[in-house]
Amino acid sequence: MTAKIGVITFPGTLDDQDAARAAKYAGAEAVPLWHADADLRGVDAVIVPGGFSYGDYLRCGAIARFAPVMGPVIEAAAKGMPILGICNGFQILCEAGLLPGALVRNHELHFVCRDQWLKVENTSTAWSTRYDKGAEILVPLKSGEGGYVAERDTLAELEGEGRVVFRYVGGNPNGSLNDIAGITDARGRVVGLMPHPEHAIDALTGPSDDGLGMFFSAIDALVKA
Amino acid sequence: MARVVVDVMPKPEILDPQGQAVAKALPRLGFQGVTEVRQGKRFELEVDDSVDDETLTKIAADLLANTVIEDFTVRRLDA
Repeated sequence: MTAKIGVITFPGTLDDQDAARAAKYAGAEAVPLWHADADLRGVDAVIVPGGFSYGDYLRCGAIARFAPVMGPVIEAAAKGMPILGICNGFQILCEAGLLPGALVRNHELHFVCRDQWLKVENTSTAWSTRYDKGAEILVPLKSGEGGYVAERDTLAELEGEGRVVFRYVGGNPNGSLNDIAGITDARGRVVGLMPHPEHAIDALTGPSDDGLGMFFSAIDALVKA
Repeated sequence: MARVVVDVMPKPEILDPQGQAVAKALPRLGFQGVTEVRQGKRFELEVDDSVDDETLTKIAADLLANTVIEDFTVRRLDA
């Protein structure tokens, strides 16, 4: 059985095609999901890709969170479906309450677009089992509101429970607290990160193929289930 | 009908780089003495009489503000 990974497109989404391509590269069937869909078309996992959904009006992800498709996504997440939010997708998952904290304007105000080294710190989530603990990976980062913030207690909980999945190394690009690039929910099924693993799946088109491990990890998680 | 103003501000502990940039620009323009600037948002809502204060607070908390990073105040303007 081929794993089916759904990729949501909102008005203003940019990276749905690359996310679908990454899922296919890893051996999954990529299923397009539309923001107005009322169901998830039988997929086994969902990627909420990057871009500027609804023009980032109000706050990044604040409107997308109420799109019809997010209802079933939130229900599926509660049942343990693997969900990956990338960049704007991470912002949407935070706004939806599937992940704690929020993303704010980069501390130096500039939009950051560069290849970024990350350290993989949690290798037990549905999206990170293919990595070695402490491995450093190189993936593109391109965001203007990528500063991760959370209340002190939330931050302590994330750190205490090992729920920081990816941390920036070689300099903090956006002022994220504790150099946090990506986190997971309490069960390790929902993961969100600002950098773009779907742009790093082939040395021909990206800085590395280091991002592919996230998609392989999800397929492993689905086959095991 | 009533006009309702919702002010949304970044929480004091949240870094406000936009406000800081504004504060830094002021002395360059010759304005002295401004020690801090915080930047937020103001929403003006026209609501009919069926919308009570509890609903307005819910509107502000659920959509207009992200209470992880922002505080809000709701007030009705006198007609």
